[in-house]
Amino acid sequence: MNTTMHARGGAAMRLGGLVRKEFLQILRDPSSIAIAFLLPVVLLLIFGYGVSLDAKHVPIAVVVDQPGADTASFTGAFYHSRYFTPHPLPDMAAATHALMAGRVEAIVRLRSDFARQLRGNRGAPIQLIVNGVDANSARLIQGYVDGVWIGWLAQRARSAGQVLDIPVQLEQRVWFNSELRSRNYLVPGLIAVIMTLIGALLTAMVVAREWERGTMEALLVTPVAMREILLGKLIPYFLLGMGGMGLSVGMAVWLFQVPLRGSVTVLFACAALFLLAALGMGLLISIVARNQFVAGQAAIITTFLPAFILSGFVFDIGSMPQVVQWITHIVAARYFVFILQTVFLAGDLWHIILPNALALILMAAFFLGLARRRARKRLE
Amino acid sequence: MWQRIFALIKKEFLALLKDKQSRFVLIGPPIIQLMVFGYAASFDLNHVPFAVYNEDPGVAARELIADFRGSPNFREVAPITRDGQIAPTIDDRRALLVLHIGPQFTRELLRGRPASVQVILDGRNSNTALIALNYAREIIIRFNERWAAEHGLSPPPAHLTMRAWFNPDLESRWFIVPGIVGLLTLVVTMVVTALSVAREREQGTFDQLLVTPMRPVEILLGKALPGLLIGLVEATFIIVMAVLWFRIPLIGSLAALYAGIAVFLLSAIGVGLMISSIAVTQQQGLLGAFLFLVPAIILSGFATPIANMPVIVQKLTLINPMRYFMVILRGVFLEGMPFPLLVPQLWPMALIGVATLALAGWLFRHRMY
Repeated sequence: MNTTMHARGGAAMRLGGLVRKEFLQILRDPSSIAIAFLLPVVLLLIFGYGVSLDAKHVPIAVVVDQPGADTASFTGAFYHSRYFTPHPLPDMAAATHALMAGRVEAIVRLRSDFARQLRGNRGAPIQLIVNGVDANSARLIQGYVDGVWIGWLAQRARSAGQVLDIPVQLEQRVWFNSELRSRNYLVPGLIAVIMTLIGALLTAMVVAREWERGTMEALLVTPVAMREILLGKLIPYFLLGMGGMGLSVGMAVWLFQVPLRGSVTVLFACAALFLLAALGMGLLISIVARNQFVAGQAAIITTFLPAFILSGFVFDIGSMPQVVQWITHIVAARYFVFILQTVFLAGDLWHIILPNALALILMAAFFLGLARRRARKRLE
Repeated sequence: MWQRIFALIKKEFLALLKDKQSRFVLIGPPIIQLMVFGYAASFDLNHVPFAVYNEDPGVAARELIADFRGSPNFREVAPITRDGQIAPTIDDRRALLVLHIGPQFTRELLRGRPASVQVILDGRNSNTALIALNYAREIIIRFNERWAAEHGLSPPPAHLTMRAWFNPDLESRWFIVPGIVGLLTLVVTMVVTALSVAREREQGTFDQLLVTPMRPVEILLGKALPGLLIGLVEATFIIVMAVLWFRIPLIGSLAALYAGIAVFLLSAIGVGLMISSIAVTQQQGLLGAFLFLVPAIILSGFATPIANMPVIVQKLTLINPMRYFMVILRGVFLEGMPFPLLVPQLWPMALIGVATLALAGWLFRHRMY
């Protein structure tokens, strides 16, 4: 009885010592502090301001073969749209050249018989040419031009004292994000990307470093258990990571004005689960690699890029091929992005949060368990 | 001199390729990532789940729903039968879009009065919502044209005809895959170079290198050339895959493409070596590589257009070599950009490369502990 008490006290002391050592190392080499606090600030600033899918003031060439009152009323609609910055050009050759050189994204052309055909039976064609290289932007531009066109038709009918004769009119309602601000969904997603980076980067190299420097061998001959070594690594970095999370959420709400409709408690509870999974993955990489070069490479390749591309943060998971959709299930960021977007924009929808949180728990248990299994007190 | 450089290059390759794990991280992940990202990174929506809430038994409603069902962009999920079901269907993401047709729809249409349909979208991902909305709008425009023709109504006085140049079917894969060439080349080159000096510093062998007769320029060349070679091999491999596997058209000339790759690698290696010579430990080297890589990728126009960024961020992208490389890759692949049009993209990269390499060489001797 007495000896177990003693051993337990010793375990707590050993763990305390390891945590203290790790904290000292963090303080001495400022790169860990930088990862936890500087990285989120820099990344959120750059991404929050830099990542946007909302096209505004798209430069568009307007070619009118024969100017008149009708063409002027149509092109005028482009000048009033906040989506476009029209550049009137004299002919198609000039417009084509501007499109090739990337000075305009699209060309709107009204042929010389526009005014005549407008009063004809078949209607006048409005030619729209877009640069299709960036297919997504091209499609959005097409949608905006559709909007300008319908608006112009309606206005024209109104000024003639008629109602626009379009059989079916589309009435759109966008929930959760009515202004369709892409920042509102990108910033919560970014938090997941940043947390992935923090978690994996912080821990990816710490065990590999000890092996490479030979200090692991020194630790192995002490009575410290492997479990304690791992906990000693995990606790300081977990605290650092949660600090980074707090900073990111604060910036999202106050700087980027993303609405936070759910509760802060739910947000941080899920973040803690996700961070455990990310740290576990970093630890696992670090244990398996035993070499900082390999650990660093593996951390970049297995964390940042999948979190960026496979998490549903920018690219829609539902549109990926089935096989790739299966692969996304092993990306922890996927669940976290889903939770973040829901808690921020929709609120605490428990039936959505719980299954995803459960997936995070499973992943955390898997990575930490595997790290524990692979970490052996032995030399190779 | 060349003999010494050659010996250093050989040593670098040995350090990179000596063990199985290191070899694997240079070869395996880029292949896997190209395959996965090539398929995953797309803004095109297929089979957008949509639900119908139809209160109108009439024929027009049936026709409109059939148009949605017939579109490859949409996939129908269980229909909604009462108002209260709309919210949970969208909340749970069972459907991204709900098509709500009111009870008077067919009657209004047959009377020749405009009828409206309501489209409710999940705006959590605003880009997806916008694209889905555009698909829905196209379907309704087609429906209107057909309805007008069948019922002898006059068509609207003007209509849009659209064509897309360089990418007629607007496949976003054509846009993304050339970008992945840049993405993976940058990642591999950066990691190879960013840790190369830091590793030697951490192990103490860099001091030894400095007391040999090698001059900083020679050390610089010895460190830079392996990165250049690995980058070239990596880029070539991904280009071959892009053309043969993903069937991305490569319209421009290979010479123009490789001129772009070579200058880009110069700048990427310069940044990598500069980070590496500032770093004292490998962890710092890796952190530095990351702090460069992540913004460099996000602010390159790889996924989101630079033109959408605020002006000040757009100015910031001017120091990002990736930004220029993206224009070259897409220009050469899809638009067949000739060499003279590439020059405005080439010289800034060359400038970045020369400046960072010079700084790295200077740091070799002036940052000692």
